[in-house]
Amino acid sequence: MIRSKSREKPFPVDWPSRFRVLGNQAKDPAVRAFYQAGSVSDDTPLKQVPFLALDLETTGLNPQTDAIISVGFIPLYHDRILCSGARHWVVRPEQHRPDIQTVIHGITHSRMDACPRFDTMLPLLLKAMAGRVIVAHYSRIEHGFLRKEIADLTGDDFEFPIVDTMEIESRKHPVFRPNLFQRWMGEKNSPSLRLAHARERYNLPPYRPHHALTDALAAAELFLAQIKDPFTVDTPISDLLYPPSVKT
Amino acid sequence: MEIELVEIRDHLFSHPPFRNLPRHVVDDLVPHIEVSYYQAGTMILEKGQDNHYLFFIRSGAVEILRSSGELYIKMGEGECFGQFSLLRKKKVRYPARAIEDSLLYKIPDAPFQELADTYDRFADFMEEEHSVRLKNALGRAGQISGNPLMISKIDKLIPRKIVTASPDISIQQAAVIMTRNRVSSLVLVPDNPVQDPSPVTGLITDRDLRKRAIVPGLPLSTPVRQVMSTDVITLPAEAYAFEAMLTMMRHNLHHLPVLNGTRPIGVITVADLVRYESHGSVYLVGDIFRQKDVNGLADMAPKIRQLFIQLVNEDASSHTISAIVSRMGISISQRLLQLGEKKLGPPPVPYCLLALGSMARDEMTLVTDQDNAFVIDDTFDPKIHDPYFKALARFLSDGLNQCGYPYCTGDIMATHSRWRQPLSVWKTCFSDWIDHPDPEALLHASIFFDLEGIFGETGLAGQLKQLILKKAPDSPRFLACLARNALLRKPPLGFFRKFVLEHDGKHHNTFNLKRRGSAPISDLARVHALACGAVPINTRERLLRVKETSLLAEGVGDDLLDALELICMVRIRHQARQAESGAAVDNNVIPESLSSFERNHLKDAFQIVSQSQSFLRYRYNVSPAMQTRVRTGQK
Repeated sequence: MIRSKSREKPFPVDWPSRFRVLGNQAKDPAVRAFYQAGSVSDDTPLKQVPFLALDLETTGLNPQTDAIISVGFIPLYHDRILCSGARHWVVRPEQHRPDIQTVIHGITHSRMDACPRFDTMLPLLLKAMAGRVIVAHYSRIEHGFLRKEIADLTGDDFEFPIVDTMEIESRKHPVFRPNLFQRWMGEKNSPSLRLAHARERYNLPPYRPHHALTDALAAAELFLAQIKDPFTVDTPISDLLYPPSVKT
Repeated sequence: MEIELVEIRDHLFSHPPFRNLPRHVVDDLVPHIEVSYYQAGTMILEKGQDNHYLFFIRSGAVEILRSSGELYIKMGEGECFGQFSLLRKKKVRYPARAIEDSLLYKIPDAPFQELADTYDRFADFMEEEHSVRLKNALGRAGQISGNPLMISKIDKLIPRKIVTASPDISIQQAAVIMTRNRVSSLVLVPDNPVQDPSPVTGLITDRDLRKRAIVPGLPLSTPVRQVMSTDVITLPAEAYAFEAMLTMMRHNLHHLPVLNGTRPIGVITVADLVRYESHGSVYLVGDIFRQKDVNGLADMAPKIRQLFIQLVNEDASSHTISAIVSRMGISISQRLLQLGEKKLGPPPVPYCLLALGSMARDEMTLVTDQDNAFVIDDTFDPKIHDPYFKALARFLSDGLNQCGYPYCTGDIMATHSRWRQPLSVWKTCFSDWIDHPDPEALLHASIFFDLEGIFGETGLAGQLKQLILKKAPDSPRFLACLARNALLRKPPLGFFRKFVLEHDGKHHNTFNLKRRGSAPISDLARVHALACGAVPINTRERLLRVKETSLLAEGVGDDLLDALELICMVRIRHQARQAESGAAVDNNVIPESLSSFERNHLKDAFQIVSQSQSFLRYRYNVSPAMQTRVRTGQK
């Protein structure tokens, strides 16, 4: 997985045609249904786009070696978050990993044993994602892990449009690390892009971190705040989408 | 189902009215909620639109506007709005706007109505106007307070059967009766009630017998009538113990006959009351009058401060505390003039000390500067007599300053020649204020309409009060000017959380609870009281009188009384906290230092004051035109 670091506008993906192609290739029925639900076109104004804020809690940062341990998502539109569609699942990884991460996430192994495996929840997740643009903070986790899991489980390729609240925040606050002289001149580091710090800038309340659904809600609220300015309800979705990160 | 949106659930569950709902009900409510974000300055509800949500402020701040666009109230985290249009199924009347970037939880109409239908407390909370919430709060606070002085009627305190006699018995007979009955006072009642209808002809005490009979060496056969105290002050049996205490303090009495209708049923002594109060304020007044010089009086100041703190800790009402503290101030003023007359000689012509403002209203706290004036008999000849009164005024003013009542910054003190005048000049002055009202001039003079003669020939003050009572109700221009001035001091509606957000958008970390809380109510009460010719000067008593008239709509008087009590109580507690910590005492309240009870209910109280101010404008025809005329100097 490559993350585009360049600031120049990447070549846009035509998501509706991409979904048609991927839909035809998909072997798994749930994945196929996801693609067949279609995707928004580039020029769709913000006000018409259905979103789903998604957060995965994982045992680590590497999709190849780490596993998903909980999933949280909540649907939203540009002007409102709908708590009715919120879901939170704790899932059981394939094999036990005595990772320290589980302590951070507050999920004990004994509790995890009683949980369903990720593959049994996948159809429900795909159904919730269908037709929606995914909202995530630092989306390479969600993107990377879902791709890996789906590839392992079904052999299908998994791509989907994402808006990344961290990436939007980085546009508003370009990364700038002053050298010693600049620092002496009073220059400061660009502000932190972490979820909690970004939320503070929009007067959003502090939440307890590391709960998949709380983090999804936190990202959803941040997104509502971010799109007030300089965007409008008529801004085309392509202006917000995360630069396509995967070239196949 | 496991509750998943814990952040939303926990937050709702920690705020009223959701706090009072069963936990599972809040759990079930969460999935219905929608979350929206509004940038500062954007409208949330427009006037006339349909509303489908109850809004709960999760973060940020919102202002609700009147249809005129004026501010109605500002709200912060944890507060709700939008319920009135939901409950009445009407279009939005009061628009709402975000004044900070705000995150709002929106509870849709259907689950809201279900909660309101199922849970009475939830419905009550949503329906309650600010006034109701305040009243309930005061009621609850009142239940906690059980100070016996405040809740006992005096007939319950009478310790023994009354002993009466005819005023025609001899002093020896009186002494025999008192000794036999083991009482220290004897109530003398008329032999023939038809000829003498007053229930009590006189009162004689052990001390009176000693000082007035034995010391001068009167024969034992002297009729008691010759040595008894006359014009005896009495109280009805229904009076509360603290009223008895105040009466004793006001007149420096030790015995107070109690009447059931017109029949004397007992005598209350200081000792009887002291059993019910631990602070000894009755004795403190006696101490004040025993002081031999100004230094001695100045030594009383810490004791008064101590008494104040103690009264606050005993949950006395603000009305009682202020009355007691005012009584101390008045006693000190009286004693100063006694000492002054001792030093300068007796006054060449009769005069009266006028207490003005809070001292006259019995509303002093620990921070009150002196406001006083002399009314002098019309035989006053400035060339001959003024040096005496000038010196007396200086003695009084310096003495008060030394006793902790600082000089008046507005120079309203008898030391100023303008405020040391014969009655006729005062009458002209008051007539001019009333007949040719000039708002700017009245701004500084309104304090004179709260006046009380407290020393000397108090009849002089009485004549001025009569003049005001007679003229004011029929002077609409005067009342309009007074009303216009009463609108100048506005309660801090933008007060919430940790600061006050002013009209100009500035944040203030403190606000003056006298200037912006109690004073606006006193101003309101003064206008209404003068309009209906009410005699009382005290704001609470004025409101009680005005309430009986048609000047205020049903219930408004009670709401104002509640608002007054709450604001004064918060102010007094604030001062007590400062005094207890040894800090300088002031009226500047830091919102953050208030309890959430105080903060929430202050908001309700300010709301009531603001509404009453709007009504004042309308009732007394305060028009912008009038204010313009004033500025051009036209009378």
